[in-house]
This record gives sequence, C-alpha cells and structure tokens, in this order.
Amino acid sequence: MPKLTIDGKEIEVADGLSVLQACELAGVEIPRFCYHDRLSVAGNCRMCLVEMERAPKPIASCAMPVGEGMVIKTDTDKVKKARNGVMEFLLINHPLDCPICDQGGECDLQDQAMAYGFDRSRYDENKRAVSEKYMGPLIKTIMTRCIQCTRCVRFATEIAGVEEIGLVNRGEHAEITTLEQAIDSELSGNLVDVCPVGALTSKPYAFTARPWELRKTDSIDVLDAVGSNIRVDTRGREVMRVLPRLHEEINEEWINDKTRHACDGLSRQRLDRPYLRNQSGRLEAVSWDVAFKAIAKRLSGLSGDKIAALAGDLCDAESMLALKDLMAGLGSPNLDCRQDGAKIDASCRAGYIFNSSIAGIESADAILIVGSNPRWEAAMVNARLRKRVLQGGVKLGLIGQQVDLTYSYDYLGAGPESLSEIAEGKGAFAKVLEKAERPMIILGMGALARADGAAVLAAARKIAERSGMVSDTWNGFNVLHTAAARVGGLDLGFLPGEGGRDTDAILAGCEDGAIEALFLLGADELDMGRLGEAGKGPFVIYQGHHGDAGAHRADVILPGAAYTEKNATYVNTEGRVQLARLAAFPPGEAREDWTILRALSEVIGKRLPYDSLGELRQRLIETNPVFAAVDQVGAAAWGSFGTEGQMEASPFVSPVGVFYMTDPISRASETMAQCVEAFALGVRKGATGTHG
Amino acid sequence: MLQDKDRIFTNLYGQDDWALAGAKRRGVWDNTKALLELGRENIVEQIKESGLRGRGGAGFPTGLKWSFMPKDRGDRPAYLVVNADESEPGSCKDREILRNDPHRLLEGCLVAGFAMGASACYIYIRGEYYHESSQIQKAIDEAYDAGLIGKNACGSGYDYEIYLRRGAGAYICGEETALLESLEGKKGQPRLKPPFPAACGLYGCPTTINNVETIAVTPEILRRGVSWWSGFGRPNNTGTKIFSISGHVNKPLNVEEEMSIPLKELIEKHAGGVIGGWDNLLAVIPGGSSVPCLPASTCSNILMDFDSLREAQSGLGTAAVIVMDKSTDIVEAIARLSHFYMHESCGQCTPCREGTGWMYRVMTRLVRGEAELEEIDTLLDVTYQVEGHTICALGDAAAWPIQGLLRHFRPEVERRIKERRQSMAAAE
Repeated sequence: MPKLTIDGKEIEVADGLSVLQACELAGVEIPRFCYHDRLSVAGNCRMCLVEMERAPKPIASCAMPVGEGMVIKTDTDKVKKARNGVMEFLLINHPLDCPICDQGGECDLQDQAMAYGFDRSRYDENKRAVSEKYMGPLIKTIMTRCIQCTRCVRFATEIAGVEEIGLVNRGEHAEITTLEQAIDSELSGNLVDVCPVGALTSKPYAFTARPWELRKTDSIDVLDAVGSNIRVDTRGREVMRVLPRLHEEINEEWINDKTRHACDGLSRQRLDRPYLRNQSGRLEAVSWDVAFKAIAKRLSGLSGDKIAALAGDLCDAESMLALKDLMAGLGSPNLDCRQDGAKIDASCRAGYIFNSSIAGIESADAILIVGSNPRWEAAMVNARLRKRVLQGGVKLGLIGQQVDLTYSYDYLGAGPESLSEIAEGKGAFAKVLEKAERPMIILGMGALARADGAAVLAAARKIAERSGMVSDTWNGFNVLHTAAARVGGLDLGFLPGEGGRDTDAILAGCEDGAIEALFLLGADELDMGRLGEAGKGPFVIYQGHHGDAGAHRADVILPGAAYTEKNATYVNTEGRVQLARLAAFPPGEAREDWTILRALSEVIGKRLPYDSLGELRQRLIETNPVFAAVDQVGAAAWGSFGTEGQMEASPFVSPVGVFYMTDPISRASETMAQCVEAFALGVRKGATGTHG
Repeated sequence: MLQDKDRIFTNLYGQDDWALAGAKRRGVWDNTKALLELGRENIVEQIKESGLRGRGGAGFPTGLKWSFMPKDRGDRPAYLVVNADESEPGSCKDREILRNDPHRLLEGCLVAGFAMGASACYIYIRGEYYHESSQIQKAIDEAYDAGLIGKNACGSGYDYEIYLRRGAGAYICGEETALLESLEGKKGQPRLKPPFPAACGLYGCPTTINNVETIAVTPEILRRGVSWWSGFGRPNNTGTKIFSISGHVNKPLNVEEEMSIPLKELIEKHAGGVIGGWDNLLAVIPGGSSVPCLPASTCSNILMDFDSLREAQSGLGTAAVIVMDKSTDIVEAIARLSHFYMHESCGQCTPCREGTGWMYRVMTRLVRGEAELEEIDTLLDVTYQVEGHTICALGDAAAWPIQGLLRHFRPEVERRIKERRQSMAAAE
C-alpha cells in the first residue's frame, strides 16, 4: 500500500491505482476527458496533468501508477496553467455551438470549460470542420465537435467487441470514423454516453428535449430478464429517453440498445381505453364499467376449470399476484406464467435462477453455455462474459447455435446429444468443468422451452453436480431467462394449481372448448391461432398496454400500464427483487395493472383483500419472503429439479431471433424498426425504399 | 581537429567497398568474438565509463540505458531496436552509415544486443531510405552467410537474429515508442511512459531503442579502449560525432569530428565556410530542426556539444548544423519548420494536435507581418502551453524553433508587423 502526499495531505492507497484515482480518494477532483474508469488508459487529452515532485514536466495523472512517497500537487499555478492551456487547445477547433447541441447541459467539455477554461478566445484563425460520419440509426454524429479522446474507439473494441470504429489520419486531420458503416453492436448506444462532448449523440432523441426540462426517475428495465438499472427521463407524460444507471452487479454503467431506444414504442400502439367486441365482431371503445360488466356476465356461472389465465413476459409481480388471487377466487387452477412453455420446476428456487449472480461470472474459470445466445437474450450478461474472457484464464464452451458472441469459445455441438455427452463425463470439456475451481453452466430458454425441457434441465443438473458446480461458497448453476416477469411469476407461484393446466394444456383446452374464458395478462407471445376466431373460441380478456397479438384476438381489452408507468416489483434472472418506479402516468384511461384487477374483482364478486399497493406488497411477502429483500441476491438451497428422461435430437434454438424486436414495446418502436432494417435486414444507408 | 587515424567511420563518403570484404579491411568484424568475451556486465560498464551519450538527439547516457534491461529475463525474449528512421530535417548522418558502412552497424547490433541480453535485433529504417535498406539487407545476408550473426554468432555460442523493417514515411515513427507501435504493425502513435520500453517494449518484452550512430560506434569504443574515446571532447561530452552541415555553406557535408569542436571551426575547416564569409552569417540551427536557432553573435565561440549548446538555450540534437546566411528570411524558415511539425503531428494528444496548427497559422501571418504586436506574446505563450504537456517530444520540437526565433529575432518579427501597418496606413 503506497503512501503518497496529495496537496499536502498524506494518503495510503491500494497498489496499482493511478495518481488520478488516488487524487479522487483524497477528495481532489481532477478534470479529464479521455480517462474512463472502465476503459483502457489513453492519456491523450492531457487535461489531467498534475505536478509531481522531482518530475521535470507535469504528468498525466490518469496514466501514472502510484508510487511510494510520491508528492503530487494539483493546485499550483503550473497545473492551473497546464489545464488552462489544454482547455484552450480543445476549444480552438470546437464549434462552440452549445445552443444547438444536444449534449448542451450535460457536456463534460462545457462543464470543464466553465471550471478550468479561459473566458475568451485568443484564436483568430479559421476553425477546422470535419464531415459527419454515418454510424447507423442510433448514433448521430457532428464530428466537428469531436475532441479525439478515443473513448468511443476504446468502448467499441474493448467492451462491445466490435472493431468498426477507429481513428484515421494524423495531426489536425485525425478523425473518428466507421468508414460509413453502421456500428453493428447491441451496445452501441453507450457510445453516446461515453462521448464527453456532443460529437456522438442519440439520433432518435435529436432535438427533442433539453436535459433541464426532463424529470428523472430511477427505474428498472424489463425488456430482458437482466433487470438493468435505468433512469427514465420524462417530459410531461412522454418518456423522452432511457439512460443507464450504475449498478455494479448487474449492468455496471451500460445498457443495451433495446433498453435505451425502445422507449419510443411507449407512445405508439397504446391501449388507452377499454374495448369490447361488439355484435359485428369489431372492437368498440367502451367505458370501464361496461367492460367489467361484460366480463362479469361472461364469467358468471362458469366453473373454475373452464377459466384459465396466462401471464406475459413484462408483467410485474403485483399484478400477477392479484390475478393469481382472483383465479383462486374463481376456483381455477389453470394459470401459467411460462407462456413459452419452458419446463421449469418451481419446486426448487436454485433450479430456476442465475445462482452465481451476473457479477459472479467474473470469478468463474470454466463456463458452459447451453441453448442460449446471451448476446441477444441478455446483452449485459454477454458483456460480462466478454469482460471475463478478456481477463483470461477461462474456458468457454457453447452448445446450441454457433453465433458471434464477440469473443471466442469452444463450439461443442448443436443439441442435447452434446449435452448428454458432457453429463456422462465424456469429452474434453467435461474434464475442463471437472478440473475448474469455479465452473459454471448457463442454461438458456432455447434449451428449456421445448417438449424435452425437463430432461434437459435434469441433464444440466447432473453436469452441475458431477463437476462440483455447487458448494457452500459457489453455485455455478445458472438459468438465463429472457422474460422479466418469469422469475417473479415462479417465485409467487403463478403456475398450474392442483390438476391445473399449463400453457400448452390451456391452449389445447381453448382448441377443444374445455376452456371457455381466458385471461391474458400482457401475454402476446402465444400462438394466437390456437385460441380460435373471436366469437367462436373462448372468451379472451386481454389486459395490457400495447395493441399487439393478444389485444388483436381479445374480446375485452383492459388497458394497463407499461413498465415506466407503474410502481411495480420485478425479479431478475438472478432472483434479485427490484422496484420499477412510475415515471409517467399511463395514457388515457389506462390504469396501473393491479388496480384494474382489484376493481374487476369487485364487479365479479370476488373482491381482492387489498386496497393499496402497500397491502398488496405485504401479501407478496407473505406469499414468498424473497420479495422482502429488495436488490439482494441470496443463496438458494440446492435441491432436486428436472425430470430425467429421453431428450430429442433437435438442436437448441435461441428464442430471440431478432434482438431488436422481442416484445410489444420494441415491436411498436420506430427506432427498433430502423435497427431491424439496418442490422437484421442489412439495408445500407441511402436506401430509398424503392431500392428493390 | 580529429586525425584520420581516430576516425571510426572511415568509409563515410563511400569511396571504399561497403560490403563485407571492404568492411573487414577497415577493421569491422575484427575479432568480434573477443569483444563478446568481455562479458555482458563488463561491456555495459565500459560503455558507461566511456561517457557515450545517445546520438539520436536526447543525449541519454547509453551505458545507463543498457543497464535498465533486466538481468534475468527468463524465457521472455528481449530486443534491441535500432532506430534508423532518420527523418529530422537537416540530419543525414545515419544515411551515410547505412549506405556506406552497414557492417559497422551490424557489428554494433551484435555487441550491444549481447551486452543487454537481447535475443534479437530489429532495425527500423525510414521508408524513404530505399537504397539504404537494400544495402543493409545485403549486409545482413552477408553477415548471416559468414556466421557473424544468427546461430552461434561469431563463434561465441550466442544466438542472435537481426531483422530489418521499413517504415512508411511518418516522422513520428522515429519517436521510440511510436516506432515500437509501428513495428508491431499498429498506427505509429507514441506510447505513454511509464512503462518504459526496458520493462515493457516491443511485443511487451524488455526492449532498448538506440540510434544507428550510437550502436555503430560501440564496437570501436571497446576495441580501442574507453580512454581513447573519452580523450575526445569535454567531460560528459566525450567521443567523436558525425556532424551534418547543410545550408548556406560552400561545401555541405557529413563529417566525423571530435565532440566539443567550436562551431566556427567546424564550418570553416570542413564545410568551406559560410557563403559570403563568416560575417554574412545570420543564424545557425545547431542540432536539427527541433532545436532553437542561435544568432551569429553566439555562433562565433560556441562549442558543439550537449552541455555548451544547452547553456546557450539550444541543443546538440542530432548534430545537424543548418547554416543560414543573411539572405535567409528567418521568419519564413521557422514557419516552414512549423508546417513540418503540424504535418507530422500524430494527432494523439491535444496540445500537439491543436497547438502545432495554431502555431503554424500564426507563423505564416508573421512572415507577412499580418498580425498585431500582442500576438507575438500570444504565440510565445502557446509554445509554452505545448511544451512539456504532450505524450512525446514532438510537441517540444514544434515549440522550440519558434521560441528560438522570438528569443533572438523578435525585432525582425516586430519590424514586419510595423512596416505592414505603416504601408496599410499609407495606402489608405
């Protein structure tokens, strides 16, 4: 632990830190542009210069490792002059177009120019202009503003794992470019965040709002099961943008592009008032009262086994519990939160969560991915896997689709055959797992959401047990979910009751007439064809926020709230309970979901026993104590799960085909549609629409 | 004045055979095995004792630099990299060595590499030196064939490879860490120090980078003895040195001379004097384009060595003496250098990327006097804002010539501004 003196104050810091980090620990602020905690050190902006005793020149504090007995001065005239000078150089070729710059108000250059710059310019020459670059549908460039800090280049190559962006030319002509290619990375939106100036800004957000107009609400993302921490910026009722929020154990300070840019889908295709299918088969806007009465009329006299409920992927725990309680009141055991038919056992919590935690990936030394494409299913988990791979000393194997994960891995096979080989201890990778100190398996929905899912789960458990993945201090058995609602649904038991039907049986019941009323709580990823035509099949009640597949088939639509419009509980794939916060009110007559169910229960005479969110949350904790511990991951007891049996030969296929469109919100998003066009369909810039 | 018997580079002018046979006749590769048998530490000690300072410009003590290499490198390779990317305007001394006496360099590579425990040597040669690179490649091939390098080099039991790599024409690649980047196949941008190359250099391995001339003289120092070498020049500025004399002299040339030779003697004895006589001298840039110029008054009794030139607020640099007589537009001359540094700035760090362009633009206006008097101070301030704030020394090199100009020729700059103002006023 070297001891050094910073501005006359002695401080002892950990070995290997930089002088800049030591200064921060000592409470001394060092201005910087190119330095970023999570990126390699470039040392090129020269803003962090400080004086070091016995050094003839000021040193770049970001690049200088701390040493015993160093004497650092950050408040001398020399340092001030150096910062002043660098600031002046950065600004001479900067357009100073802050009034029309989207970064204005949250710009490092602006802030630091205020703190460390001159108040006037001494530069009388013409300023340099740099042509704009095309970087895809998400990133707008105004390259004249660029200060060549290369944060974006380092982020892309180090964290995102794509090499499309770089610095070309030299001297004054140095410029950042992608050579007119879109940055094909699911993490590209973070480039806008790392850019300290207004060179890279968000294209969809361009010129829509100023930071000081926005109300900022800390919340949780639900478009995958990672539960990335986000900040939702709203103006009035509209969500203007979504930004990442620091959570070291989940998303660090990044989010994926869907999390960030699907938010424009929140204002499109919305269900903003109740609808009822009329005599002529058309959906007609009605009042809440009429809708509730229609449901009550249809349900009255119906026995419980003829009623079923399915919960979708974006549902919060509160509404699922309310619906579960309502179904219990109606006497129906037919409910399921696994609309993809995943064969997950709820009997043992360790059997359905990401036990090692996402941060735990960093300490794993052998990782087997089964039936998952983490890059598309959980981009932040994939970023963590890449980070682990770059640290070195890890063996990575994959069974499933051979896809580009941005890092290399051993491809072990496509389907269950390769899995059972490892389960039997055959093959080189089985040995790798056995020898590893902290082995890990990541089991995706591509492996579990299939008819033989239970057998796959059992085989995975066998691998975990035989290679010592589970011990007192380490549990490397991980299920990677794709639905934000799933773990919460399993935790509160939104599953078939005794003699109840699961998703497949419910759908079968709809086909053969055994189910006469079906409640869809935001469930859109079903084969709606199996529900039959409206009027002929079962009576379908759809409660949700978007006019998607479910609403299309529904007989009654109850407009609910999207994740930014309610205070709600979600449980991520690690089993971490997190709270989403209301950032904007739901549109029109839409309401928070649990309140709709509470009101409906009254009308159909099965009144739910809670009148406030607090009471409902109390009931949630009574149902499962895990809901009491917010933002914590506790060890889950190991047990028996899965059913040993024959596995099919068909290969594992990831449930996420196109990353940018996986749920009603992203399907409604125009930005996501542009991403699909640019990245999934490969339409190049300049395409006219009549380009064939 | 250096006597012929004390010259190391006896084929500097290419009158003799450059190839192995000729080199051997001149004493190159003469019992090199015996030099290696002196032992690693002994060689480094002797070089330290000789007081040899790097000939690439910075003048860092060579023996000390070699001693930074780890004593025990284990299985890791270590490298000697020879910087033959001679691009400093005014300097052309390495070119003559590469062209006319390549074996002297190769012998030096072996001896120096052995002394620092290197496993291989890379010679990074300036891309424009096409002829020189083919000469040196032929020489390398000859040396391999004769068993002088490669496995069991010179029968010493020491295995040593020498590779030649050509640069692509960027001045910045003569900066040692940018050179390493370029050697590794990356964009030539200087690295941050620390870590220094001796700890983490080429491909992350311990590396020492030396100038061609530095390496080429080491075998002779060992052969003729430390006291022979340190007999030349003043203390701390020992040995012989190749001076490149160009500009307004009657006979521009490269010449090997004793260190600490008076500048006037150097110009008059070897270069045939200043055109139009010594009194016609305006200024001299004594060490290549990077160092500040000296006015004629200083030139009369300055000694050409590291310390004396530093006292005069200039530097020996690569000892490329650029002579300017009174016909020179000194402001334009320095403005041309500013253009060079703007053009060659790698663009990595802010002060150099932005400052070189700024300085050049102001300089071009100063040539014509299109400026305000206050701008001279602003310009000077900008040079100090660049100097010492950059990753590598290119920023300093861009700042110094302007500082030299304004130190010694400020009245000339002011005169142009005033005259232009007067003529503008008269025109109105």
